[in-house]
Amino acid sequence: MRDLNGEAIQTRQLRHDYPPSAAGKEPRAALRGVDLDVRRTELFGLLGPNGGGKTTLCRILTTALKPSSGTATVAGCGIAENPAGVRRKIGVVFQHPCLDRKLTVWENLLHQGHLYGLRGAALAERIREMLGRVGLSDRANELIENLSGGLKRRAEIAKSLLHRPEVLILDEPTSGLDPGARQDLWNYLRELQKADSVTILVATHLMEEAEKCDRLAIFDKGEVVALGSPASLKSEIGGDVVSIEAQGPEGIREEIRLKFGVEAMLIGNLLHIEWPQGHTFVPALIEAFPGRITSVTISKPSLEDVFIHRTRHRFWQEGVE
Amino acid sequence: MNSSLLAIRTLWIREVVRFYRDRSRVIGAIVPPVVFWFLIGSALGGGSGTAGGSNTYLQSLFPGTILLIVLFTAVFSTISIIEDRREGFLQGVLVAPVPRSTIVLGKIAGGATLAFLQALTFLIIAPFVGVPLAPERMPFVLAELWLSACALTGFGFWIAWRMDSTQGFHAIMNLLLIPMWMLSGSVFPISGAPTWLRWIMTVNPVTYCAAALQHGLAVGTSSGLPSPALSFIVTGLFCIAMVAASTWEVGREGRR
Repeated sequence: MRDLNGEAIQTRQLRHDYPPSAAGKEPRAALRGVDLDVRRTELFGLLGPNGGGKTTLCRILTTALKPSSGTATVAGCGIAENPAGVRRKIGVVFQHPCLDRKLTVWENLLHQGHLYGLRGAALAERIREMLGRVGLSDRANELIENLSGGLKRRAEIAKSLLHRPEVLILDEPTSGLDPGARQDLWNYLRELQKADSVTILVATHLMEEAEKCDRLAIFDKGEVVALGSPASLKSEIGGDVVSIEAQGPEGIREEIRLKFGVEAMLIGNLLHIEWPQGHTFVPALIEAFPGRITSVTISKPSLEDVFIHRTRHRFWQEGVE
Repeated sequence: MNSSLLAIRTLWIREVVRFYRDRSRVIGAIVPPVVFWFLIGSALGGGSGTAGGSNTYLQSLFPGTILLIVLFTAVFSTISIIEDRREGFLQGVLVAPVPRSTIVLGKIAGGATLAFLQALTFLIIAPFVGVPLAPERMPFVLAELWLSACALTGFGFWIAWRMDSTQGFHAIMNLLLIPMWMLSGSVFPISGAPTWLRWIMTVNPVTYCAAALQHGLAVGTSSGLPSPALSFIVTGLFCIAMVAASTWEVGREGRR
């Protein structure tokens, strides 16, 4: 059986700088010393805006890219010491599909099997099994280019699991999929994790996907800014999040600090305040600033609030990679 | 079969299957050289041709046309590397537990097979246009064709690996490959060229591919051509150099 001891993925002070885009410019730091421990059979999420470093981390863990410094092990193999070992033990689903569109589903899986040293009747049997698992048995002889986005993704998952990897690494696997296909894919991931004891590392920029992970690391500008289960991350905010839309938010922010002794964060044109009991706070707030507040919302903290709490800026304000 | 051979074989087969599934590629690689051959050959030819003794120019141009088919097919097949990169297939291969050299060997074997088969389909019509196929020379011709196919595919691979766009690749290929073919002794003989051109033609490896085929098909004059043995050896060295260059290129780390 599988060796379920030790961490599935471990990184220490992982750093990566991309070379400067032009002469005289600074190199761009994509990862700034990342420490992660992903447990065996965990569904672990990497959440962050584009450019946060998720894809760079995935590329390093799949041995497609060498880090500038730091170490990482995947399924017990060091990425620098034993990249071949890592490759045998991981399955990879890339952000951009890596299927051959001119070949059929079956042919794609066949070539993949051969690249992983599988062959003959055992391979055919395994392909049939995987196609059954992802519900593509009756599409085996169709060309990839004739499949819908969702079905392509399924074929890709089947492809990445053909050699029974211990760790499955998915970089934005649902990009370009409609909501139904997204849901579908997450169901498959859950099923896999349970049935095959696979460790799953999935990068996403979608909060609702991150919610489905056992644990997640929130990335911002190449750093892990928060780590834990979605519930524990949200509970650290404690109580409610009150968002205020107001005229002259800067001034109100200052007054809130003086009156209520709480630091409001100005995020975009909204003031964010974390308060234990939102419903008692709101009436006091409205009375304190008659006519100056245009709208107030109270909500339970979301992962986005966790992100704001830790980084003091909005999830999407940073430039897109 | 060990796992590297299995990987090479699977990439090889993929290359061939993809090519024949795309009819426009099959036609695109064989029709232009043939049209070119017929037009140029007919226009310049007739009677005792520029290039050869008792043969018409059309016949003298025959070996060069075969070489041009090899060249076109090899080039078309290596464009698939750029497509593989753009469409993502390559990234899957790059994280598979196989040495990178298997990518080089699989691709070159695949492309060379296509170039070889396309050349054969044209070779078959040789007897109908007055180019006799002497059975005793066929092993030499086929071996030379295969080596040339590997060498030119390797050359295409070496260039295609670092290209981002197929347009750029076409530009480079037109700049390099067509002149290499023009100056191979296929279109006009080395002996008739001015000294500076003769120098270029002597260092052009494609000259030796062309010469070997001219010997093997016994059309045109063999005076002034490198000997069959030398031609064959240089083609072989060309092939080894291109496979080595491609392997080195692919093995370079930290790019892309």
